[in-house]
Amino acid sequence: MIHLDLLSGLTPPPAAFDLPPAIAVESSQVDWLYNMIYYVSIFFTVVITALMLYWVRKYRRQKTDKRMETPHYPRLEIAWTVIPCFFVVFLFHAGFKVFMTQAIAAQDALEIRVRGQKWFWSFKYPNGREENSHLYLPVNKQVKFLLSSSDVIHAFFVPGARAKKDCVPGMYTTLVFTPNVLGETPVYCAEYCGAPLGYPEPALEGAPHGGHSAMMAMIHVVPQDEFDKFIKEGPKRPEGLTDAEWGKQLYRQNACITCHSVDGAKGTGPTWKGMFGKPVELNAALSGGVGNVTADEEYVHESILKPQAKVVMGFNPVMPPYTLSDKQIDAIIAYMKTLE
Amino acid sequence: MAAITTDQHGHGGHGDPNVDYLHVSKGIWSWIYTLDHKRIGILYLVSVITFFIVAGLAALLVRIELFTPGRTIVDPDTYNRLFTLHGVVMVFLFIIPAIPASLGNFVLPMMLGAKDVAFPRLNLLSYYIYLLGSCFAIYSLISGAVDTGWTFYTPYSTTTNGAVIAMVLGAFIAGFSSILTGVNFITTIHKLRAPGLTWSRLPLFLWAIYATSILQVLATPVLAITLLLLMLERTFGIGIFDPHKGGDPVLFQHFFWFYSHPAVYIMILPGMGIINELISTFSHRKIMGYRAVFISSLALALFSFLVWAHHMFTSGMSEYANMVFSALTFLVAIPSGVKVFNWTGTLYKASIWAASPMLYALAFLFQFCIGGLTGLFLGMLATDIHLHDTYFVVAHFHYVMVGSTVFAFWGGLHYWWPKITGKMYDEGTAKKVFWIVFVGYNGVFLPQFVLGSRGMPRRYYDYLPQFEFLHKVSTMFSWVLAVGLFWMLFMFIQSLRNGKKAPRNPWNSAGYEWGTPTPPPLENFTSPPTFTRGPYDYHLATDAEIAED
Repeated sequence: MIHLDLLSGLTPPPAAFDLPPAIAVESSQVDWLYNMIYYVSIFFTVVITALMLYWVRKYRRQKTDKRMETPHYPRLEIAWTVIPCFFVVFLFHAGFKVFMTQAIAAQDALEIRVRGQKWFWSFKYPNGREENSHLYLPVNKQVKFLLSSSDVIHAFFVPGARAKKDCVPGMYTTLVFTPNVLGETPVYCAEYCGAPLGYPEPALEGAPHGGHSAMMAMIHVVPQDEFDKFIKEGPKRPEGLTDAEWGKQLYRQNACITCHSVDGAKGTGPTWKGMFGKPVELNAALSGGVGNVTADEEYVHESILKPQAKVVMGFNPVMPPYTLSDKQIDAIIAYMKTLE
Repeated sequence: MAAITTDQHGHGGHGDPNVDYLHVSKGIWSWIYTLDHKRIGILYLVSVITFFIVAGLAALLVRIELFTPGRTIVDPDTYNRLFTLHGVVMVFLFIIPAIPASLGNFVLPMMLGAKDVAFPRLNLLSYYIYLLGSCFAIYSLISGAVDTGWTFYTPYSTTTNGAVIAMVLGAFIAGFSSILTGVNFITTIHKLRAPGLTWSRLPLFLWAIYATSILQVLATPVLAITLLLLMLERTFGIGIFDPHKGGDPVLFQHFFWFYSHPAVYIMILPGMGIINELISTFSHRKIMGYRAVFISSLALALFSFLVWAHHMFTSGMSEYANMVFSALTFLVAIPSGVKVFNWTGTLYKASIWAASPMLYALAFLFQFCIGGLTGLFLGMLATDIHLHDTYFVVAHFHYVMVGSTVFAFWGGLHYWWPKITGKMYDEGTAKKVFWIVFVGYNGVFLPQFVLGSRGMPRRYYDYLPQFEFLHKVSTMFSWVLAVGLFWMLFMFIQSLRNGKKAPRNPWNSAGYEWGTPTPPPLENFTSPPTFTRGPYDYHLATDAEIAED
């Protein structure tokens, strides 16, 4: 058997001109294979095209058209059937071997729960802390992602780690990689999952628009001590922000923004503009017989934690439940109060 | 075959060898009721080209939307409906019937030395079933369209709004047309070969159509079952794909690709078949390794049933299932490579005429190399994980579907156009059009490989600024391609209006279909032919056979 490690000494630089910067240990082997096939493909395309063009020119039809029988070249034909067989067996084996490094996690890998839903990502750390749209990972620590979906199929795609796996409703899937470069790298959704009404802002600032294409998160690879501090502290108001400003941040990164406008525009859910403190008409059939409620602190708190308990008239009960802390909900309420 | 008699045609004509099939009967009803395989071929040709234009315009709108990040011309929901329209119509209403049912229908009996296909009535029925399926698809477009993508993945497709059922029903019905055409062609190839036409002389285009027909008959019923289950799921909520009721969404993907992977070969094999005819005719010699080429067609048809789950390496199925499907997928590389080597080898010491149809064949060879070799990245597990569902895959399958199959279709259309219409087109224009189409096509899709490698996922309405330049390049070349294609259409219309009269054999081919008058009479041959040489035996063909008239 050929060992990749031996061959990798002969490789061109791992990041080819058309792959994104690698951020994980496993990426370099994938890049090695990518580059190898890349050069083999260029070689064959150039040779075949060059022969074709050369022969079309050299053997162009003359005045005396010699129509000759095509000779048989049995040895040549056997060679170009058998030699590629060995090559593809090598390709298959190498590809499978590297693939398994992204499939099997070590015992002590850090486990992160990832949930995809229309159209944002939520991440849960081993200590129970949950965050949307931003994921913090310690450097040089293998991470096992446990993936699922709350609605349709999504795919968790981290180009920097050359890693991708579908998030399927009703089952768990796993993905493994070991980030080894400090910094930020994007997560995309790679399985088509539709579009929201209108043109709402994405959950992650700076991300593209449009539902499926807006379903982006940011991975922050940080030193281990910073990571430990981050998950221990729990959600905290960033320094220098008021509660309302923090609420505005949470409104975006928890993807409230996808369905609830703040300017009165129609969306999948009711607009927040001028909602707080005012009476709300409910769909009594879906709200346990309650027909009216005032949008006060208690109502907002309940609607975030248990969104199906009271459903506003004219909207579908499609909001997923959130696990936000009381501090975060207070901040969101503070933000809602500013939306006169 | 005694089953084919002149009165079966119902034209009142008796195959008068002095009247061609276009003039043997007149009026709209003589087309609507026609049992002549040549006229049915033309009905298909007009239909598939119409759908190609519709789906092509949708693609142009998709590309314009992607010209800038953010909103360019439409909102996200409309964008999703446009790319679904493009995919569904191109796959089910254009490319699957394009070559076998139009060009195949036209030339298959002539290549066999037969008067018609084995079941002319079934042939016409296939066309009307196809038309009925198309009506449902059009109805779906008018009544809100579909935003599922052409793959209809559950649970998205069972929960989204839109006319999903009408669209799925359209594809379901069109599938029966495909099955019946397959049955018809298999029977015809088995039973209606003229005396002297042994299996080892069978034109390679027909070997390809034969392999395709087997796939159509065996694989399409699985599509029918899948789409039926999808409709039941959507209408009655039976829950076979719904995880909340114990169903499995990944099962849908297995069902879907069990058809749709063989369908890729339903699309590409006839294209490869045309390339054999073009390379042989314009090189004036037999395809190198005739036997290896037809065996590789059959091998591709067989392998195509064993590799469906390579579309699902990231779907969450087990690592060992991934292993098996990756290994089987690499098998496909062997017969594909054999074909490319044989086509290239045929050119060595040949007598080559680079006429317009041959240009499409040469472009096919170049583009099939790219389409095929980029398949290696996707068959290999480690690299596929990164590239799956990115623009790399979009570029890869467009190189196989458009760069290969559709280029072969255009090449075949140029090649058989004189036989079909009795008119020549302007060769100088055709060559100019070819270069515009070639440059436009490659300009659209080469940048998409790079986009995909850099991580740009497919079916995205909007993208990060880093992808903008390559999207702009791709979109601008789509306009070049569009100009080329409309010019091609115009060129063919001009040819119909005032093209020169076509001689019997304008390309000096030794192929059997060129032995008939141009345009052919109702029953194709003036007298029942007997074949004494193979269709590619240029060294045996007489000068009179090769001559234009």
